[in-house]
Amino acid sequence: MRTKIELNGIRKGFASSDGALQVVEDVSLTVGDGEFVAIVGPSGCGKTTLMNMIVGFLQPDSGSILIDGAPRAEPQPTGILISQQGSIFPWLTVQQNLMFGLNDHPQADKKGVADHYAAMVGLKGFEGNYPHELSGGMLKRAELARAFAVKPEILYMDEPFSALDALTNLRMRNELLRILAEERHTVMLITHDVEEAIHLADRIMVLSPRPTRIQATFNVGLQHPRRLTSPEVQELRVAILHELGVDRNAG
Amino acid sequence: MKQIKESLPALAVIAVLLAAWWLTVVETRSVIFPTPWQVVTGTVELIKDGTLWRHIGASLMRVGIGFSLAVLVAVPLGLWLGWVKGAYSTLNPLFQILRPISPIAWIPLAILWFGVGNASPIYLIFISSVFPMIVQTTAGVHTIERRYLRAAQNFGVSRYTLFRQVVIPAVLPQIIVGMRIGLGVAWLVVVAAEMIALRSGLGYLIIDSRNAGNRYDLVIAGMIIIGLIGLLLDGVMRLLEGLKSVRWRYAH
Repeated sequence: MRTKIELNGIRKGFASSDGALQVVEDVSLTVGDGEFVAIVGPSGCGKTTLMNMIVGFLQPDSGSILIDGAPRAEPQPTGILISQQGSIFPWLTVQQNLMFGLNDHPQADKKGVADHYAAMVGLKGFEGNYPHELSGGMLKRAELARAFAVKPEILYMDEPFSALDALTNLRMRNELLRILAEERHTVMLITHDVEEAIHLADRIMVLSPRPTRIQATFNVGLQHPRRLTSPEVQELRVAILHELGVDRNAG
Repeated sequence: MKQIKESLPALAVIAVLLAAWWLTVVETRSVIFPTPWQVVTGTVELIKDGTLWRHIGASLMRVGIGFSLAVLVAVPLGLWLGWVKGAYSTLNPLFQILRPISPIAWIPLAILWFGVGNASPIYLIFISSVFPMIVQTTAGVHTIERRYLRAAQNFGVSRYTLFRQVVIPAVLPQIIVGMRIGLGVAWLVVVAAEMIALRSGLGYLIIDSRNAGNRYDLVIAGMIIIGLIGLLLDGVMRLLEGLKSVRWRYAH
């Protein structure tokens, strides 16, 4: 598998009121082309900081980030971030949101592409609606559609579904897997939800508490669709929770 | 039906006030203070000889020109101040000093610079409504949530698209709030400005009615008309708040 994303010795600290706060400590990893990698870590461990550096919103203090072997300093439309709070523009309709990143297309094409992806995520009939008229789950669908519409090579997901209720969360995961089966993308998911990571990813990396580094890596190696109640999933779940320091017995 | 029911208490308060006013004038046998009915006949008189429309037209024209100029200056300037940090730190202190100066305090300078024609009140309206709109627009830019700017950056859109599809629509609700405030202040100021020396406008009507024979019925008629037109102008601005593309901001 060709390497898509490569991180070498990433470090990042912030100045705080009581001196410097080291957030990310020496993170190195590679993600293959078309691979789905999940990064799991405890709250406040610097997951989002790490993600913002990989997408390009923040610069690391040291270390390098290579996309397709080339250093990347700025965010690119070839790698779209979907975050927990979402960033669907409330002042644009669903269709206008989906057309937002389609700069190079003629106007008629833009509408066609937008409507295609709206239909793909199950938003057919809502193209003319404004975001405040949609539910949280529908907003996430719109966000996914807007990302897919620009055909990004990489999808960066930072706790994308954690603001949703459990049922909608599960539905969105299945939806994501369905779309990824149609349109293959490299995906990098950051989450604190171990089950979500096992459900979706090919490989799972566990981050240590702050200052964060990669503590362990697990290959999931299960075929889709995955049964979350299967013994293999449970075993993996226990192992990952153990790495995170939440043993069932230790409470 | 429900709307009528909801406005009943407000109408009742007005009716009670009118009755109290009427009663007081009758009881005190005032020769100078008019009854509500005299105000009505005075208004009819103004309508009949056509002066009312002339005065309303003159006031609205001054507000229209002064306020439009203020919008044309305040919106681009506010966007620029909000977007460019250096511009903000350079100009904001100056604006913060100019802003609290009452437009009335500008009257002597306005007369000195523009004489007693239409330009003076137009200038006063401009100066009174431009600052609230600059402040609102700038604050609007400063409060755009970072996630939206980052999304625009992520999709790699042009500067033009960034402004047209993200910055301006994000700030539009604040601009409209600023325009509402600005127009309210402008209407207050036009009346004050017209009291100085001009030959037309609702402010002139009030002062002239008093000076030319203590016609207090016309003074009060003028006041009520000013209030009603102010309400109407605010209603027009509120219509803008109902636009679909800005409702997201007011919906919560």
